[in-house]
Amino acid sequence: MGDQTLTRADLSEAVYQEVGLSRNESAELVESVLEKVSRALVQGEPVKISSFGSFAVRQKGERIGRNPKTGEEVPILPRKVLVFRASHVLKNRINNGFQDAEEAS
Amino acid sequence: MTKSELIQQLAEENPHLYQRDIERIVSTIFNEIGAALAEGKRVELRGFGAFSVKERESRVGRNPRTGATVSVDAKRIPFFKTGKQLRERLNGAD
Repeated sequence: MGDQTLTRADLSEAVYQEVGLSRNESAELVESVLEKVSRALVQGEPVKISSFGSFAVRQKGERIGRNPKTGEEVPILPRKVLVFRASHVLKNRINNGFQDAEEAS
Repeated sequence: MTKSELIQQLAEENPHLYQRDIERIVSTIFNEIGAALAEGKRVELRGFGAFSVKERESRVGRNPRTGATVSVDAKRIPFFKTGKQLRERLNGAD
C-alpha cells in the first residue's frame, strides 16, 4: 500500500492539481467517470478508451468445477466476466522503462 | 462507449464546466493509471477493479506460420481484476 498503490484519492488529487476544481468536485468527477464506465459495461456495452485500452463483457458457459479442498464436484454457473485489453500505447509505456533496465543489468 | 462519448456524457451532466476541462479530467484519470503502472505500481479502485503489472520471463517462442524459433524478451503485462461489486453488478445483483 502507500506509495506502491494508487487509489481514488490519488486520482482525485491529480484532477484537482490539473484542472483546479474543488477537491470535492474533483472526487465526484472521478467517481462519475468510474460509474459511467461501469454502467456501460453492465448494459453489455464495450468501453474503449483510446491510448489506454478497452473493456468488454464476455459470457461464460456453465462448467463443472471442483472444490480444491474437498475434491467435490460443483457446477460453476454461467456468468459474465469483464476482460480488459491494454492498448499498444499502454503496453509500450509499461515496457519502456522495464526493458531499458533489463538491458542495463 | 468511447472516450469521446464518455466526455460527452460528462459534459451534459456538468454544464457549468468547460468541455476542454472535462477532456483534461478524463485524460488525467487514465493517464495517471498508466503512469502508475509504468512505475510498476498497483492501481486499486474499490468496487470497480484493480490494475496491476505482471512480469513475463523471456522465452523461446515459435512463429506459428513458419515454425521458426524466435526469442521473446522478458516483458511486463498490464492486468485487470474486476472488483467484487462490479462483478456482482455484471451478473445482475445491482
